[in-house]
Amino acid sequence: MEKVKSFFKKIIDYLKGNPIVVILTVVSLVVGLTVENFFSFNNFNNLASNTGVRFLIALGISGCLIIKGTDLSAGRIVGIAACITAVLVQRADYASKMYPQIPEMNMWLVLVIVLIIGSLIGLINGLIIAVLNVPPFIATLGTQTIVYGIALIFTNSQPVGGYQKVFSETLSAKLLPIGKYPGIPVYVLFAIVFGLIFAFLYKKTTYGKYMYAIGGNEIAAEVSGVNTKKSKILIFTLAGFMYAFAGYLLAAKSGGANAGLGQGYELEAIAGCTIGGVSTTGGIGTVSGILIGVLVFELLKVVLQFLGVNPYFNFIVQGLVIVTAVAIDIRKYVARK
Amino acid sequence: MQEYCLEMRGINKAFPGVQALDNAQISLKPGTVHALMGENGAGKSTLMKCMFGIYHMDSGEIIFEGEKIEIKNPAEALEMGIAMVHQELQPIPARTIGENIFLGRYPIKKLFGFIPVVDHDKMYADTEALLKKVRMDFDPRQMLGELSVSQMQSVEIAKAISANCKVMILDEPTSSLTHNEVEALFTIIEDLKESNVAIVYISHKMDEILRISDEVTIMRDGKYIGTWDAKDLTNDFIISKMVGRELTNLYPVKENVPGEVVFEVENFTSINPHSFRNVTFNLRKGEILGVAGLVGAQRTELMEGLFGIRSHTTGTIKYLGKEMTINRPKDAIDSGIAMLTEDRRHSGILGVLSVADNISIASLNQYLDYGIAINDKKIEALVQENIEKMDIRTPSSKTLIKSLSGGNQQKVLVGRWLANNPDVLILDEPTRGIDVGAKYEIYTIIADLAKQGKSIIMISSEMPELIGMADRIMVMCDGRVTGFIDGKDATQENIMELATKFE
Repeated sequence: MEKVKSFFKKIIDYLKGNPIVVILTVVSLVVGLTVENFFSFNNFNNLASNTGVRFLIALGISGCLIIKGTDLSAGRIVGIAACITAVLVQRADYASKMYPQIPEMNMWLVLVIVLIIGSLIGLINGLIIAVLNVPPFIATLGTQTIVYGIALIFTNSQPVGGYQKVFSETLSAKLLPIGKYPGIPVYVLFAIVFGLIFAFLYKKTTYGKYMYAIGGNEIAAEVSGVNTKKSKILIFTLAGFMYAFAGYLLAAKSGGANAGLGQGYELEAIAGCTIGGVSTTGGIGTVSGILIGVLVFELLKVVLQFLGVNPYFNFIVQGLVIVTAVAIDIRKYVARK
Repeated sequence: MQEYCLEMRGINKAFPGVQALDNAQISLKPGTVHALMGENGAGKSTLMKCMFGIYHMDSGEIIFEGEKIEIKNPAEALEMGIAMVHQELQPIPARTIGENIFLGRYPIKKLFGFIPVVDHDKMYADTEALLKKVRMDFDPRQMLGELSVSQMQSVEIAKAISANCKVMILDEPTSSLTHNEVEALFTIIEDLKESNVAIVYISHKMDEILRISDEVTIMRDGKYIGTWDAKDLTNDFIISKMVGRELTNLYPVKENVPGEVVFEVENFTSINPHSFRNVTFNLRKGEILGVAGLVGAQRTELMEGLFGIRSHTTGTIKYLGKEMTINRPKDAIDSGIAMLTEDRRHSGILGVLSVADNISIASLNQYLDYGIAINDKKIEALVQENIEKMDIRTPSSKTLIKSLSGGNQQKVLVGRWLANNPDVLILDEPTRGIDVGAKYEIYTIIADLAKQGKSIIMISSEMPELIGMADRIMVMCDGRVTGFIDGKDATQENIMELATKFE
């Protein structure tokens, strides 16, 4: 009984601290009840898949935010990963195959290659930040531009399509269909697996503890024997890994890729993290919070779409939500005065 | 003419979980120095922040020159003539002295009769006049960052004077000043009294209070305890009112017996030519070695060098006869050295993290299952053990460290290092900014550790503390070690003599 009580108290406290989540949930419920087809399996799966992929990016970027940094290269790394994936999984007999000299590759081998490349870019980010001491904002602004350039050259700024059938089919698979429900999209499965891995990393390992410590007070962490350079390099490398994974999935989900794919995703990911309670002043943030933040942000998009809002207005609304969320977050600290 | 120029009555202020002010009050007479005393967390700073408009009180009234007023923000307070020189100065180092003084109220002139621009000539001329008032001889166009902490403080006071203030709050103004700088500050305070300013003086230093103040108000746990004429007060009386009980001993009985030499430093020299050089000393097992010196003697720098926070060029460090290479804190920690740094907020506490995280951060590697997963149960056991052993007063191990008092934060940090079971502990100003009661507890912990055979290096700027605690005192001046004094023979005089032995 006591446990149940404290569980509900926790939920109420959480909602009190995150009014934006409450508002958006209520809005979507109202929309759902008034607009037809909102509560449909199709819409649900669509939302779940989008959230799944965005969640992976947000997980990657969350570490950078928690140590008071940022990663502006996230979207472009997603983009280049998607392009490399698309090129490597092209059918051998596809008429306009981009690199005919590359043989048809096993899709899992492609995943490994893409993950290595993403991690390497992340590693470079980490090295620039930790070893050369360039502020993360500037460092990743630089790599963002470089990565985009490479992606343009690599794809000759052409869209890439013509996947092997097995690639598209495997990743569009649905699991556990029940009755009319077609099953859970495979993207969601990946999101769950990585969500659990990150929750473990953040809560139960020195990797996570050191990350929070650096965000809380980098100098104190260093003095306590934390190898802050190593931690930062690891955080950015893992971030690159996550973006690459998201890019791989996105290539499949979009049915094709081009160098522009993923543009602005870092900002969405930062927004999701912030709405979910990752503090802009460092040292604070949980995996569950990030999931809620991303979900709320994606829900907002779907709601606007269902309301038939002019897509260009969407950007304005999303921007307002971001500012409001951060303003509320900051108020928690200002209120202590 | 009213007797009081400012009165605060029945002030209440609550923070989440704490009643910071509980019916607090203070009454200031013009042209006097009013000392506000109490342990850390007694509510002194909170009360002053309410007066200065940084905090908004929940209830109570402020009467200024006979009228009830409401102060919404510091700008309004300044407007009325209430100024505050902060505990932590918040200047802009990369701008000039003049710009810092007139920040937010730059004198304006009209260019061509209509374009408003900052009147730099007037600003710098005014600044020069103000600097004279605080007896400073500086170019007002000099960058503030080039000044020492005490000089910056004088600039802050000049800023307050320029606001034509009638009430000036000085929050621990001498905590980072040398003896001569304190004297200079007192001269300025005398000048202010002459011009009928009421001064609120917050400090922990008893001798200063008794010397400079006219009246003393003591607070405890957010409550008003009383106001007395300073000339009727004694040290013991003030302390007993502050802690609410009689304090018999300032220092615990020491039972440590220094043994063989375990730690040797030879010819240790900084990479910075103005910092420590040719330092040679040794440390025995179970010994408390005090390190004395004036501000600028490079004591902290030396210790941070030994701990790998700062770089050195030459010199050797030996532990148990074996030479150690120390390039970063981790090397020192792995060799069994621990260091409690001088500035808790800057390089000690992880503010937004819990007490548990703060205690365990340096020793997480000892509590891993399968080499990866942190064992929360073992960590909790470690944390509880520390909370009990050192009597850390915290609602729970999950409480954020920043909501604890200074003394309890310090105990958490000591716990952080003890978790690593170090052989050598370097404590840099372990009792700075800590109230009297908690100081005694920290001393007890130090004495206990020495008894267990830990070797302790303790830097302190409070000479009575060094004389009371150390087995041996190493004195530094201007980067050099100028001598050692046996703890039994140490006096303030012979320490000062060595501390001022400039080349």
